[in-house]
Amino acid sequence: MFQAVAIRIARLVATLFVVSLLTFMMTALLPGDPVNAILPPTAPRDQATIDRVRDELGLDDPLPIRYINWAADALRGDLGKSYVTNQTISDTIKDRVPVTAQLAFMAVFIAVIMAVPLGILGAYREGRWQDTSSSAAMQVMLSVPNFVTGIFLIWLFAVKLNWLPSANWSRISDGLVANLKTSILPATALATTQIAIFSRLVRSDMIATLKENYILSARAKGLKDRFILFRHALRPSSLSLVTIIGINFGALLGGTVIIETLFAIPGLGFRLINAISSRDFLAIQGITVFIAFVYVLINALVDILYLVIDPRIRKG
Amino acid sequence: MAAAPQSPRLTEQVSEDPLLVVEDLRTHFKVEAGMVKAVDGVSFTLDRGKTLGIVGESGSGKTVLARSIMRLNVSPNAITTGSVRYNGEELVGKSAKQMQKLWGVEMAMVFQDPMTSLNPLVKVGRQLTEHLRYHLGVSKKEARLNAIELLKSVRIPEPENRFGVYPHEMSGGMRQRVCIASALACGPKMLFADEPTTALDVTVQHQILNLLQKQQEDRFMTMILVTHDLGVVAGRTDDIAVMYAGRMVEKAPTKHLFADMRHPYTEALFRSIPKTSNPKHTRLSAIAGRPPDLINPPPGCKFSPRCPYVQDRCRSEEPQPQPAAAPGHSFSCHFPVGTPESRAAFDANFEAGLPQTLAAAGEIVATEELVETSGAVN
Ligand SMILES: Nc1ncnc2c1ncn2[C@@H]1O[C@H](COP(=O)(O)OP(=O)(O)OP(=O)(O)O)[C@@H](O)[C@H]1O
Ligand code: SF4
Ligand SMILES: [Mg+2]
Repeated sequence: MFQAVAIRIARLVATLFVVSLLTFMMTALLPGDPVNAILPPTAPRDQATIDRVRDELGLDDPLPIRYINWAADALRGDLGKSYVTNQTISDTIKDRVPVTAQLAFMAVFIAVIMAVPLGILGAYREGRWQDTSSSAAMQVMLSVPNFVTGIFLIWLFAVKLNWLPSANWSRISDGLVANLKTSILPATALATTQIAIFSRLVRSDMIATLKENYILSARAKGLKDRFILFRHALRPSSLSLVTIIGINFGALLGGTVIIETLFAIPGLGFRLINAISSRDFLAIQGITVFIAFVYVLINALVDILYLVIDPRIRKG
Repeated sequence: MAAAPQSPRLTEQVSEDPLLVVEDLRTHFKVEAGMVKAVDGVSFTLDRGKTLGIVGESGSGKTVLARSIMRLNVSPNAITTGSVRYNGEELVGKSAKQMQKLWGVEMAMVFQDPMTSLNPLVKVGRQLTEHLRYHLGVSKKEARLNAIELLKSVRIPEPENRFGVYPHEMSGGMRQRVCIASALACGPKMLFADEPTTALDVTVQHQILNLLQKQQEDRFMTMILVTHDLGVVAGRTDDIAVMYAGRMVEKAPTKHLFADMRHPYTEALFRSIPKTSNPKHTRLSAIAGRPPDLINPPPGCKFSPRCPYVQDRCRSEEPQPQPAAAPGHSFSCHFPVGTPESRAAFDANFEAGLPQTLAAAGEIVATEELVETSGAVN
C-alpha cells in the first residue's frame, strides 16, 4: 500500500516535470528574440521596454537556470504576469477556474448518470432491440463533435424553443437557477461524447460481470434482476469506468476550450483561446501547466476511488 | 421470530408424495455445429428428506441437469423439454420471474467454486441476508441475528466478526461454509449441491460434506449432491444416479449400487475411486477413451466405444432402462455386469485384444483389493 502510494506520487511529480518543461520550452524555443514574441503585437518595442522584459524574465540567464527559476516561482503559485492584460496569471486562473470546473464536473455528472443506466440496459438486454438501438444512438453520439452538438442544442433550446439563453454565464453567486440555465446546455454538449464512451464501457464490462459465478449464485437466491444489476453487478463493472473518467478528463478540459468559446463562457478555456489569438505566451504557458496539474491530480483521485470501490486492492 | 426458517415442517402437513418428479427431461444447447444434447431424457423421483447423489465424469451433464431442474439455465441457447414437478407444481415452462419466488426460498444451490460464487465486492453479511430480507421481509436487525445463527450452524468461528468482512479475507473452506449458510438462509426444502468440495483441499472436503449431510438431516431437506467422485457420495446418499452422456445409465439405492452394480460404466467409475493410499481426488482419467460427442453421439449404446463388454448389438441397439433385482435399482445395458453373458463378452473382447478390455483387466485386481479396504460401502 505504502509502496503503491509512493509510486503514484513519483509518477505525479514526473508528469508535472515533463509537462512544465515542455510548456516552458514553448516560449524558450520561439524563433528570434523571445521578448519579441512575449510582448503582445500591440505593445511598444522601444529599447527600455525590451530591457525591462529581459530583466523581469531573466532572459539573460542560461536556459536551465531560467527553467529552475520559473519552476520555483510556479511552485509558489507565481506564474508570472500577462503583458497583454497586465493581470497576474494566477489571478486569471483563480478567477476562471470555478467556471470551467463547474462545467467539467457537470459534464462528467451528466455523462455518468446517463451512461450507467444505458450501459446496464444494453448489457441486460444484450442483442435485443433495447441494446441495438442504444448502441446505434451511442455510435452517432460518438461521431458528432462537441461543438456541433452545442450548435444543435443552441438552435433547439435557445432559438427554436427559446427556453434557455444561447450564451453568457451567470455565476452560482447570481443564483442557482440562473446559473443552471446558462450551464446546462454547454455541460450537456460537453457530455455527449462522454456518454457514448462511458455507456459502451459499462455495457461491455457489465456483460462480462453478468457471466460471473457470483451473479448466478445471486440469481439462485431468487433476487430481483434489478437488485442483482445494481447491487451486485454495477460495482465490479465500474472499475474501468472510473479509470476512463480520469483519462478522459484531459479530453474534457480540451472540450471546454471549444465549448466555452461557442457559448461565450468566461472560463479557463475561453481565456486560453484569447491568449493564443493575442500571442499571450506567458498566459498560455501558465494555463497549460495548470491544466496539466489538474489532470494529474484527477487521475490520482481516480486511483484513490479505485481503493474505495474494490476492497481487494486495499489489502495489497 | 416471525420468519424463523429453521423448522417449517412443524406447522406444515408433510406430504407423502415425492418432492421431485422428473420425467424425460431434456436440455439441448443450440450451437453452430448442431444440438448439444447435454441432458437427454432423464427421469427419476426423489422423496422428501432423501439425498440423491448424481455422479458421472466431466461433461456428462450433471450441472446442466441440476440447473435444468431448478430452471436456472442462464444461457439463451438452452432448450428444456420434459417435466419437472416440484411439490406437485410443474416447473418446465415457468419464466425466470416465476421461478424467482422459488429460488432461495424453496430450492437453493451450493456451487462448485466458493472462490467465485461470492461477490468479491460485497460484504459477507449482506450476501448472507439479502435474500432473507427480500423473500421473508425480515428486518435488518433480525436478519443479522439470523445470519449469525446460520454462521454458527455451519461452524464458522466468531460469526459476529465475519459479518462485515469481504470474501477475500476468508479461506476457501470458510467461504464454502458461507455459501452453504447463504443457501440455507431462507430454509429451502430442496438443496442442490453441485460439486461443493471439488475446489477445496482434501482435508476440508470431508468437513464440508459432513456439514452438508448434518444440515440436510437436521432440516429434513431433500438434497441432490452432484459429484464426479463415487467415493464422495458413498456413505452420504440414499440413492445414487450415474450419468453418462446426458442419461442416467444406472440408478440404485446406495448400498445396492455398491454391492451389485450392473452397468459397465458404473463399474469403471467405481474402479476410478482414488485408492485410500492415494487420497488426492484426481479427475477420472482412469476410464479409457473420451466422453462421447454430445452433438453426434455414437449409435446404439453411447458407452459402446469405451465399454470393455461391448458387442455388436450394443453398437446398433440402444439399451433401455430395466429393473434390477433390488427395488429402486435400474440400469440400461445389454450385457449387465455380473451375468454370464457379460463375462463371455468380456472374455471374447479380451481374446480379440480390445484396448479398453485389456485396460480394464489390468485394473480388476486392484478393484477387488479396494472393495475390501474401502469403508466406503457403508
Ligand atoms: N451453454 C452451453 N452451450 C453449449 N453447450 C453447453 C452449454 N452448457 C453446457 N454445455 C455442454 O453440456 C455438457 C454437459 O455439461 P455439464 O456442465 O453439465 O457437465 P458436468 O457433468 O457438470 O461436468 P463437470 O464435472 O465438468 O462439471 C458439456 O459437454 C458442456 O460442454
Ligand atoms: S455392454 Fe453394451 S450396452 Fe452395456 S454399457 Fe457396454 S456397450 Fe453399452
Ligand atoms: Mg458440473
